Amino acid sequence: MEQDITLKKEVQGLAFLKPLVNKFTPKFQKGDILSSLKKTGITILSILSFLGLWHLGSKALYNKEANYKIEKALTERGQEAADAERACIASGDSSCQPNTLPSPTQVWSSLQSLIADHKLINAKKAAFIEKMAATNAKLVAQGKDAIVYTGRASFVDIVLTSIKTVFAGFLLALLIAVPIGIIIGLSPSLRSAFNWFIQIFKPVSPVVWYLLVFMIVKTLYIGDSSDNAFVISFISVGLCAMWATLVNTAMGVSSVDKDYINVAKVLKLGTFQKVFKVILPSSLPLIFTGLRITLSVAWMVLIAIELLAQSQGLGLFVWEEFQNGANDSNAKIIVAMFVIGIIGFLLDRIMLSVQNLVSFNKNEMA
Amino acid sequence: MSETIEKTELGTTENGIFYPSQVMLDLNDLKKVYPTPKGDYVVLEHLNLQIMKEEFVTIIGHSGCGKTTMLSMIAGLNPISGGNISVLGNPVKGPGPDRGVIFQSPSLMPWMTALENVLLGVNQVFPHATKAQRQDIAKYYLHKVGLDGAFGKKASELSQGMQQRVGIARAFAIKPKVLLLDEPFGMLDSLTRGELQDILIEIWNKEKITAVMITHDVDEAIFLADRVVMMTSGPRAKIGDILDIEFERPRTRKSVLEHDDYYTYRKHLIDFLEH
Repeated sequence: MEQDITLKKEVQGLAFLKPLVNKFTPKFQKGDILSSLKKTGITILSILSFLGLWHLGSKALYNKEANYKIEKALTERGQEAADAERACIASGDSSCQPNTLPSPTQVWSSLQSLIADHKLINAKKAAFIEKMAATNAKLVAQGKDAIVYTGRASFVDIVLTSIKTVFAGFLLALLIAVPIGIIIGLSPSLRSAFNWFIQIFKPVSPVVWYLLVFMIVKTLYIGDSSDNAFVISFISVGLCAMWATLVNTAMGVSSVDKDYINVAKVLKLGTFQKVFKVILPSSLPLIFTGLRITLSVAWMVLIAIELLAQSQGLGLFVWEEFQNGANDSNAKIIVAMFVIGIIGFLLDRIMLSVQNLVSFNKNEMA
Repeated sequence: MSETIEKTELGTTENGIFYPSQVMLDLNDLKKVYPTPKGDYVVLEHLNLQIMKEEFVTIIGHSGCGKTTMLSMIAGLNPISGGNISVLGNPVKGPGPDRGVIFQSPSLMPWMTALENVLLGVNQVFPHATKAQRQDIAKYYLHKVGLDGAFGKKASELSQGMQQRVGIARAFAIKPKVLLLDEPFGMLDSLTRGELQDILIEIWNKEKITAVMITHDVDEAIFLADRVVMMTSGPRAKIGDILDIEFERPRTRKSVLEHDDYYTYRKHLIDFLEH
């Protein structure tokens, strides 16, 4: 019975999977299939029309820039140059392609080339490891560091670095914000002592947090040549994102239902029991709401911070592609944009289902 | 016959029958004042009430007359402005498990199961008992309130009536000296209310824990009580009248309703409330 309910709650959290889940549930009803088909149909239709609009828009922009190029050649260098330019653009030669919003097909082929690139790099890495295996074994035996592959990172590596940074930052935020939130939630005087601090630092922009962390970490790493970009970026992400959890935890802990507190008083529960058996469980839903906001903020500020910190993640990838200005750079940026969006969406969904698991709200049960 | 009457501190034994007479709960010249910007608001004043051991007292009065204030002062959840409250001669200083409370809303921890909710109190009151013994106590009272199949259910999954049953079990399981009930059935429909009254009185008949219960329901007040205490309307509320209910225990709803005195009692209470 209990399991039934947890299961139901999980499905609630992952409502976007519902049509899928329904499809694989043996006992479905005709109405369910129809409504899920309708929902899926509407989603597919809206995706298609989005792609259509995008295609038309990019085509219009492409034409506008192509016409300008031809016009410019005409006014500056005459009819012949204009014709040559037109022919060059039509041939698809990369030297004269208009550099504008890429079309869906360009983005798709960019994605494929990124994946192919990833496979290539992986193969290289594997070959390198194989080649160095004997040497490394010797080095390790001599007590020296093994030689590691230091080639270019593939797109998948970049995405993984970003996810790692976000999780490290999220964990840092959790470890700082939840304990402090509980402590200041329990004590009204500490709450007022901390209030100015929270109010002032909460609105500070990610860029400034990055600079602050940079100042400190740079000094701490002085004389150490190892790469501190990852450390700087995850600490900055954590500091930027922790405020929602801090505020929510403090609020959850300080606003526990008076009835529960009365019960604790009548039973004369000790402080430890009161905190761990009554106050914390009752504020868990609010704490998790805070953590969910924290994770989505962390993912959002990550891009800007990676860019500044030169950490090998999606932020730097996007910026480098923009600076690069190669023919498929714009398409790669859009690929990164979708990857960022989809991962952000999945992270949020995971948090939502965790949040539903810990909530005990009667309304949800009904 | 006089040689068979034996008076002790605990009560009087007359012809082998024990009549408890010890004062369990003593409210002496009790006063409650809430300071407001326009001056003090006196909720209760000159309130005197003695409740004997093993007595069930119901308190009835208009909304806002300070019944709940009085009860939460007995529970120790609300500070006393004047006078004093004592349990078996010991003045009340703050809340404690010697005064169990059944709140108006069931006030269960929704993230705990029914059993865990009862155990929360039992563990606190019987710290030296073994885990199995404590479980047995909690299960016994949940069984008594008719929740045999619901030990492992989360409180949030239970209906209001079932939650209040857990509330009753939790209050009895800590074996308090005094049981304080703040309109415990006020939020329930009348059918459920009747069921819970039966359950409450059944357990009470066994445990005989001195009980003070606030109610709005005249019939409930008569059915459950040895004495019905009527409070005057506030501000400056005090005891207006006390009605002794002479029905024998254990009572059944049917025998009470069919008793000749029932309507006399009822009229007495309603006459008081309508004035």
